[in-house]
Amino acid sequence: MTVYLDHAATTPLRPEVLEAMLPYLTEHHGNPSSIHGSGRRARLGLDEARETVARIVGAKPREIVFTGSGTEADNLAIKGAAWANSARGRRVVTSSVEHKAVLHACAVLERNGFEITYLPVDRYGRVDPADVAAAITEHTTLVSVMYANNEVGTVQPIQEIGSVCRERRVLFHVDAVQAAPFLSLDVDDLQADLLSLSAHKLGGPKGAGALFVRQGTALLPQLSGGSQERQRRAGTENVAGVAGFARALDLVQADANAREEENARQAALRDRLVDGLLALAAVELTGHPAERLPNNASFLIEDVEGGDLVAALDLEGIEASTGSACTTGSVDPSHVLLAMGIDEARAHGSLRLTLGRETTTDDVDRMLDVAPRVIERLRGARAEVAATASAAPA
Amino acid sequence: MARIVAAMSGGVDSSVAAALLAREGGQDEVVGVWMRLHPDGGEGFEQTRSCCSPDAADDARRVAQMVGIPFFVLNLEREFESRVIDAFTDAYLDGATPNPCQACNQYIKFDELLRRGLAAYDADRVATGHYARITQEGGEYRLLRAADPAKDQTYFLWVLDQAQLARTRFPLGELTKPEVRAIAAELELPTAAKPESQEICFVPAGDYRTLLEERRGYAGDPGPIVDAAGTRVGTHTGYAHYTVGQRHGLGVALGEPVYVREVRPASNTVVIGRRDEVAARTFTAEGRRFVAGRPPAERFKASVRIRHRGTDVACEVTLVGDDRFAVETVEPVWAPAPGQAAVLYDGDVCLGGGRISRAA
Repeated sequence: MTVYLDHAATTPLRPEVLEAMLPYLTEHHGNPSSIHGSGRRARLGLDEARETVARIVGAKPREIVFTGSGTEADNLAIKGAAWANSARGRRVVTSSVEHKAVLHACAVLERNGFEITYLPVDRYGRVDPADVAAAITEHTTLVSVMYANNEVGTVQPIQEIGSVCRERRVLFHVDAVQAAPFLSLDVDDLQADLLSLSAHKLGGPKGAGALFVRQGTALLPQLSGGSQERQRRAGTENVAGVAGFARALDLVQADANAREEENARQAALRDRLVDGLLALAAVELTGHPAERLPNNASFLIEDVEGGDLVAALDLEGIEASTGSACTTGSVDPSHVLLAMGIDEARAHGSLRLTLGRETTTDDVDRMLDVAPRVIERLRGARAEVAATASAAPA
Repeated sequence: MARIVAAMSGGVDSSVAAALLAREGGQDEVVGVWMRLHPDGGEGFEQTRSCCSPDAADDARRVAQMVGIPFFVLNLEREFESRVIDAFTDAYLDGATPNPCQACNQYIKFDELLRRGLAAYDADRVATGHYARITQEGGEYRLLRAADPAKDQTYFLWVLDQAQLARTRFPLGELTKPEVRAIAAELELPTAAKPESQEICFVPAGDYRTLLEERRGYAGDPGPIVDAAGTRVGTHTGYAHYTVGQRHGLGVALGEPVYVREVRPASNTVVIGRRDEVAARTFTAEGRRFVAGRPPAERFKASVRIRHRGTDVACEVTLVGDDRFAVETVEPVWAPAPGQAAVLYDGDVCLGGGRISRAA
């Protein structure tokens, strides 16, 4: 039986979500823009989904734009807001630990003459709101900081940063993709003007995301075409995906008490995992010790190549991650760990374990049983290589 | 259950090797591994076809999916850069001819992959798509030429020792290339009709001069081309642009074909000669290794091959010191190039070899 400890990458689709999607994959095949009955039936699903997402984030339905992914939501927020407000200024402030969707969208702006400030973080990966205030100039139009980090799980002081932005009259975008299953998403509390979400990180399907766009926020669409999504995102809506997304978000967020209970359950399992792995030699926790997502346990494991460890764990039936996507075997260490002041050599030993609703104590114990053996084997091989290399004639 | 790592390059040979192992089933659990050896071009980059490009990784992954084995990418960029690419440019700057495929086997496939890869996958053996055979007689492993002499790759494998052979399998050793292609077609592998890769995987279009310039800042400094008597007969673009045996690009017309006979880095000189002046009956090799772990004798008869797809020439080998051997062939061999391997055989058995030394 496989133990899945990679919920930050994606989560299993919840049965209730599949149920909510199926009608739109079968009998309700209409295009929500059509005038006829089939179209109206599909439109009903889309409208209901929009209302649900709006309710959860404390927004009006018209402030929700459905997208194809969290990445698309980030791109629409950053490129869309930066371009739409470029007459006022061409400066954007973000952090050095953002998801690549944000960083690479900023890089495109940079190539087009925008100035981007990448804020530093402390050793736990936290942004200092005072740095945000100091980075904002009269030409700054947008600040983008993630709610919680996808690699190390550190939660940012979003409300404080939101206050700074509000005070300085600068738009504030929050990438809430990783935080969404666990933290309050009230956009007024967070003082966010733009907020990105992704369905598959919280029990929904892949291929659906959303961007909250506060009313009155100018946005340049990134996809041109029909007038869907109030002309902010052209293309026939993924009705089934959106219906599943709304159902999944409602399941994790509708009842705050239930959410906190599940958070506490996962945090307890997470702590068991952290305690067990920290008991091994030369293993260190990355990210903030307290201000972190309840399901994230990420580590540096000395003298081990993270990719090798993940492969080794997989062959033992445990699915984990190095922390960032590396399917083509890129050797570049995580930009998040580097920004936290971890040197390149040590950053190669990263391991990310992320729990989910179906994770059990047995799963955690299985990992704790397998990990010491596998880590020891990998370290042994590396020591052998080092010994041979130093013994070899020059 | 034992586990075996199938090194998959994305080419037809290693694809079929992995498929055969997976089909064998039973004793070994097969894990497919594609080694990432050099970086791609970054965002929006359209990769050219080469055995180690991300395109090749896609092909390897599809084959692994089709034959039903787990598939991983092992990043060996750093090791490949220092042990293969740097050694390649070093050789040219040293006036020698590099042997990158042999270096890749010696240091990457049968060293890094064997040790680090096997630790990661808890496997005890590695398989590749090389055309060669391994047999075991009386507790000793022997490296034999492939059944298909046209495809034999022992010229690049003579560096393997007993410990490495004990943990290596060559599933294609008894097959011919057409048979391998037929198996690939029968299994409908996406790599079945892939063209043979001939060029060096990290040298696009065979242009190693650009590589020398980019990696080592060697742009070439013109210098004299001289004949055997030392008379200047032309000008070259930089000694490292020439290898022993080269005929083209000399810009010298002496009424008969001339070839590079020697490259002298210290004086930035290229020495040329007529065809018969470039052949030799004696040469020495260094860095000797024997597959059995020991030489057959202090002096022994063998046959020697000094380039891939070259011909074998009968010879007598005499050990010299701890590291070298002298070769005397019964008939002249064409242009022994310093840096290239001199591989020794007894019939089909690959005995070992060494690196051809610079003429004393």
